[in-house]
Amino acid sequence: MSGSIKDRVAIIGMGCTRFGELWGKGPSDLIVEAVNEALADAGIEIKDIEAAWAGSIFSGHGGRSVSEPLRLQYKPVSHCVNACASGHDAVRNASYSVAAGIYDIVLAVGFEKIKDEGMSGLPGMDNLTHTHAVATMPGMFAMMATKYFHRYGLSPQDGKTMLAKISVKSHYNGSLNPKAHLRNVLTVERVLNAPIIAWPLGLFDCCGVSDGGAAAIITSAELAKKFRKDPVYIKALQICASPTSGRLTTDYDFTHVEEGYRAGLAAYKEAGIKNPRKEISMAEVHDCFSITEAVTMEDLQFSPRGKVKDDIDAGIFELSGALPVQPDGGLKCFGHPIGASGIRMLYELYLQLQGRAGKRQIKNPKLGLAHNMGHEPLAPTVSVCIVGL
Amino acid sequence: MIGITSYGAYIPWHRIERQKFAKAWGGFAIPGERAIAYYDEDSVTMAVEAAIDCLTGIDPSAVDSLLFATTTSPYKEKLCSATMALALHLRRDIQTSDITGSLRSGTTALGFALDAVKAGQASNVLVAASDTRMAPPSGINEQALGDSAGAILVGKKNVIAEILDSYSISDELAATWRSENDTFIRAWEDRMVMDESYSKVMPEVLSGIMNKCGLSPKDFAKVVFDPPGDVRRHGRVASELGFDPAQLLDPAGLFMNVGLLGSAMPFVMLVSALEQAEPGEKILFAGYGNGANAFVLQVTNAIKKLGARRGFSKHLESKHMMENYNDYLRWREIVPLDQARRPDRGHISVAANWRQRKDLLGLWGIKCRRCKTPQYDNGGITTTPIRVCAVCGAVDDFDDYDFSRKKATVFSYTQDQLAPAPDPPSSVVLIDFEDGGRMLFDLTDRNPEEVKVGMNVEMTFRKVFVDRGITSYYWKARPIRC
Repeated sequence: MSGSIKDRVAIIGMGCTRFGELWGKGPSDLIVEAVNEALADAGIEIKDIEAAWAGSIFSGHGGRSVSEPLRLQYKPVSHCVNACASGHDAVRNASYSVAAGIYDIVLAVGFEKIKDEGMSGLPGMDNLTHTHAVATMPGMFAMMATKYFHRYGLSPQDGKTMLAKISVKSHYNGSLNPKAHLRNVLTVERVLNAPIIAWPLGLFDCCGVSDGGAAAIITSAELAKKFRKDPVYIKALQICASPTSGRLTTDYDFTHVEEGYRAGLAAYKEAGIKNPRKEISMAEVHDCFSITEAVTMEDLQFSPRGKVKDDIDAGIFELSGALPVQPDGGLKCFGHPIGASGIRMLYELYLQLQGRAGKRQIKNPKLGLAHNMGHEPLAPTVSVCIVGL
Repeated sequence: MIGITSYGAYIPWHRIERQKFAKAWGGFAIPGERAIAYYDEDSVTMAVEAAIDCLTGIDPSAVDSLLFATTTSPYKEKLCSATMALALHLRRDIQTSDITGSLRSGTTALGFALDAVKAGQASNVLVAASDTRMAPPSGINEQALGDSAGAILVGKKNVIAEILDSYSISDELAATWRSENDTFIRAWEDRMVMDESYSKVMPEVLSGIMNKCGLSPKDFAKVVFDPPGDVRRHGRVASELGFDPAQLLDPAGLFMNVGLLGSAMPFVMLVSALEQAEPGEKILFAGYGNGANAFVLQVTNAIKKLGARRGFSKHLESKHMMENYNDYLRWREIVPLDQARRPDRGHISVAANWRQRKDLLGLWGIKCRRCKTPQYDNGGITTTPIRVCAVCGAVDDFDDYDFSRKKATVFSYTQDQLAPAPDPPSSVVLIDFEDGGRMLFDLTDRNPEEVKVGMNVEMTFRKVFVDRGITSYYWKARPIRC
């Protein structure tokens, strides 16, 4: 594999709706609001968009889901359905089309209208033969926590306290973010005393289930500075889809996510990063559940295996720490409209790199990493996207 | 020699004290407790359990015929024994038949089995009788009934109890009945049924077969026959015929601990008798219901060589007391309940279930011929059937591999409070099978507080989903039962 996306394309405009239980908004509201903000940010008009990629899994079917609300005039639009990595995949495909020299200005838009279902959590995960165990997504990820605690000898109290600190940190960050779904500040005690959703995970170990939309406008590196002085360049775009062997064979430890580790490795190679913990300035990772964030810190080589607790206790990942994680509140508090999440992460990194993150501003960041993990931890699809100035 | 070559039984793990019924509804409580099928059990799953118990140490491919006896088939139209045959790994060129609608369908099926072997049409006939009858809530029958299954293998080799003869009586009376529109059984006045049916038919069939064989009560070590709703009448019939109480397999113990088991009652009683039987003993055996069927059995030396099994006594001891009566109402779907705010589970695809019938009903996976890794997948988006080995990438180079009889250990688990479950939380386990292979399963018959990493589990055949009248059966893990 000789090709690389590093520094070949840049993001010149981004938009993101407020996330949350947006009872009064439909998919077209989410798409139009996110895209209009991105167009204004880039200083262009909808007619300048030459092609578009949409990312969603529950809302919309096909490219028309996006061309219709925007009244895109007879342009090519594709729909990426790739679990929670759908948003990143839309950006990836859009970026590759520009890098290939086919288009100059393209749009990637992720969106999800989940809260029309009248129920908690995500729509179903039953398979055709109804043989999938009766577990929710919290249940599937909870099993990773059970195993992590077991392997590293953490008592339920110690393990749950470690996870609680992750949620407390994200809620603090979310409280600083006017677009976040959940903006309340928590304490470790409150997290530990919350009702159990799927043992050992409690209510505050779970991310928000939200409606929302996010959009990015991408152009070539050569053209980028014509639109703005501070375009954000793509350094790496990697996706790793599971061959589904961890669920079937007994050698998988279930305390790491192989797909996440490998997507990280590939992204670091593409971006030329040798020491991720030192070189990455900040990260937005897929904290669908607190345990996912903990394991992801190890998969991305921010923390040694089995040692993330030490870094959490030391405050490394807090906004004021050496490697801030979820500066915008993450999935935990910004919320998780599936298809929008990958682009929402890039939105925060983009604002941070440009020094526009307000109260959440991290000092002088150079490289930001966004990580999405789709499906379930036993057989996920993971994307890692690195951006920088 | 033709006769019984093996036996098995199944009693659900869940029991309820009859006091709980009286507590819920007021009124009188029968002493003791009864067995209650879990929410994922029905007559088919319990019959499979009993049949697996019966086939302990026996190659299932030796079975030429499977007869399923019940009054509580999940279907009015569709064969359940065809489902069971796949769960039991029986051959395809066999007779499968459901014998339904009668409380003596078990002993009737046993008669058919005997006839088939005698006629040379089959060498081994497996008969499984199972019932989950329901009486209207608040009545005394709700307390009296019980859910269980028994299985008997009839053949010519290694006969443990020769069947010397059989004899039947037919008798017309609507003693208990259930129309095609009824959920609950109905019954005529007990006293009339006792006087005019049970107390006449039972002596008639028992003395009839003794006359036919030239035997008298003193020739039998044990006499095993169905009790009526009023269990006391059983002893009266026996003593009027001249049996000593010591000869009786007293149904009172079974009634006190498990209940009146419908078509499974005589089978479970017989299994209990055979567990204690000695070579040379004669057993008089009969089942009742719109007449009666009677058999004379002669126990052989081979009974001492029959392998260990759970049978009646181990299943009886292994139990979990239910905390409340509401759970019974919920598990049997007797009252409409609030639905969890979770997605609908969609529809059953008959085509998909049929395509995968062997791996779904038989829990057959694959073993890669190249890297020797056993594999099974029930959670993939597009991985079933497995065409490419998850370890070495070999394509279509596999042997069939039976996971259904393998033990496993819990690798990880969760207790999911959010997932819709008739007995929350939903206990889900990722298990490692003893000779390789890992998979995610629901855990049933468990105490959530006892679930741990490293816990030993076994597989059990259960009902997992009902849609538009179709029942989907599949396997779950459960802590080693006993």
